[in-house]
Amino acid sequence: MSAEQQYIELYQQCREMLCHHSAPALNALRQQAFEDFLRQGFPTRKVERYKYTDVAEAFAPNYGLNLNRLHIPVNPYDAFKCDVPNLSTSLYFMINDQFNEKAKPSVALPEGVIVGSLKEAAEQHADLIEKYYGTLARTHKDAINALNTMLVQDGLLVYVPKGIIVERPIQVVNILRSDVDLMVNRRVLVILEEGAQAKLLFCDHAVDDRDFLTTQVTEVFVGENAHLELYELEETHTKNHRFSNLYADQARYSTAVLDSITLHNGITRNRTDLTLSGEYAETTLNGLVIADKQQRVDNNTLIDHRAANCQSHELYKYVLDDQATCAFAGRVLVREGAQKTTSQETNANLVGSKEARMYTQPMLEIYADDVKCSHGSTVGQLGDQALFYMRQRGIPLEEARMLLKFAFASDVLHTIQLEALRDRLHYLVDKRFRGELNKCEGCKLCK
Amino acid sequence: MLQIKNLHASVNGKEILKGINLTVNDGELHAVMGTNGAGKSTLSNVIVGNPAYEVTEGEIIYNGKNLLEMTPEERAHEGIFLSFQQPVEIPGVSMVNFMRAALNAKRKHQGLEPLAAGDFLKLMREKRKIVELDSKLANRSVNEGFSGGEKKRNEIFQMAMLEPTFSILDETDSGLDVDALRIVAEGFNKLRTPETSAMVITHYQRLLDYLKPDIIHVLIDGRIIKTGGPELALEIDKRGFDWIKEEEGL
Repeated sequence: MSAEQQYIELYQQCREMLCHHSAPALNALRQQAFEDFLRQGFPTRKVERYKYTDVAEAFAPNYGLNLNRLHIPVNPYDAFKCDVPNLSTSLYFMINDQFNEKAKPSVALPEGVIVGSLKEAAEQHADLIEKYYGTLARTHKDAINALNTMLVQDGLLVYVPKGIIVERPIQVVNILRSDVDLMVNRRVLVILEEGAQAKLLFCDHAVDDRDFLTTQVTEVFVGENAHLELYELEETHTKNHRFSNLYADQARYSTAVLDSITLHNGITRNRTDLTLSGEYAETTLNGLVIADKQQRVDNNTLIDHRAANCQSHELYKYVLDDQATCAFAGRVLVREGAQKTTSQETNANLVGSKEARMYTQPMLEIYADDVKCSHGSTVGQLGDQALFYMRQRGIPLEEARMLLKFAFASDVLHTIQLEALRDRLHYLVDKRFRGELNKCEGCKLCK
Repeated sequence: MLQIKNLHASVNGKEILKGINLTVNDGELHAVMGTNGAGKSTLSNVIVGNPAYEVTEGEIIYNGKNLLEMTPEERAHEGIFLSFQQPVEIPGVSMVNFMRAALNAKRKHQGLEPLAAGDFLKLMREKRKIVELDSKLANRSVNEGFSGGEKKRNEIFQMAMLEPTFSILDETDSGLDVDALRIVAEGFNKLRTPETSAMVITHYQRLLDYLKPDIIHVLIDGRIIKTGGPELALEIDKRGFDWIKEEEGL
């Protein structure tokens, strides 16, 4: 049986149950998504964008799904004790793909702002969801989008109406919780209307020692003159499989900062697809990956300059050790007419062992003639001279290595504009390099 | 304090040191002079244990301990310090974190608790004054963007922080203007005690005018061919090395 077959059968057998526990606006795209999935199947490694991740292998095992929306008993504050940063955020929880209605922050959001269940929003504000849902994450060209759209039942909506500024960062903690191996299909919709501003922090955690497979499709709309900061932090375990596709569209004069940080994981593939569709939009796309053991991280990005006078800055840094295998493929596309584009793309990688593998592929395609663009990538080891200098001063070799790795990673951390998050990440990255991450009370996984 | 016996060392398979014998007693300052490529920097690198250099024969005894068996960090903990000819820039590692890690590693070796943050910063402030190092430099990344003079002053500042018992100044005078040379040399002199010794490697008399070494060695082609008092350095400054080579039949 091919890896696709079980999902095809699942859909055919459970279509009614899927729809029954979801909302019409989400159900509307289901059948088309199914047909698109049926036609495409999982991408093989011959497909350029999926060259570095074996999708069929990850989706082949038989995972359970919570299609019947059984209540999962969990107190998020208990389950998620250890690394809860006191960031003065408005804190929300998602348990797998379900928004937790009970654990909500005491401070109210500005009027009109919605942070909540996508399913519920699709029932109460069908017009809003129909206008945006599925318009960026098209199903006919990407099998993960298709699979997610055909199986998804719920997720998260963040909606900030025109002109509203949300001062307090909104933090959403995604907790993977299950007693059996579980597949989670989560959908996220972020809408910032004209002139709106928000800072979002999404953290992925897995509290049970189970195999998890998550598809997460995120659609982000940054309206004219709007400002968005979106930080995604993965801190799961080696049995977690994350397939994330994030699409963002920026209208003119908008600014966005997107940061993706993989601190601890199993297999991760993040596709980030940014479109600068309005003039004078500015985007900053950063990533930090720390991988060791047999961890795999594949970041695949596209920055699509469709309008003139836009700026993009992209910086991804990786620190690899042991037998980790990672990839970065970043394509910057400057379309005809996107004159006066400024774009920089940098990928720098530190490979600490002979068995670790890094694949890097910066790509720049320019169809306009008046632009300023650069791209580059490096793969290297820690400098012998710097290590020796530190040892001569009495710093033990391991400590010297750690200080240098930390220094390498801190470039990306410096770009984080939320000061409290930046400080917290400095602490977490330091802990990660010391191998102490997850070694705290309250976590079931102390590995 | 330090005894070097029949030391042979090579780099990339090429023998550079061909049998060095040298003894430094407590409180002494030795100067090693010699032509380019004679092996002066190799000697200093071998003493501090740079892994790029291979010792093929001989031994170095430091306060009764076999130095060659120790890692570079252990040698540092035992009180050996090298002021680098070319101090290394380490972007992203602040001077404060670097110094704290170094000092606390040494304290741990001595069985002492790490220094409290306040005490540590106070110590940084005190020692900085010895070489007139700007407080801004202390907050920057190690040596990054420092001028040549600032880098050398920073070396002596680190020496002041770590209080070594045996220091090597490897061409600390290279690339320094007259004022910076004076500051560095005076800083070094303030750190000398009857219990500490040092070795200074240089081409020029100018630095020695300030430091006033007790003993001068001439290192040519991997061997010490002549040893004398301070007057030997003055003579070399006037006449170069050729007369010594002739005298020794080289």
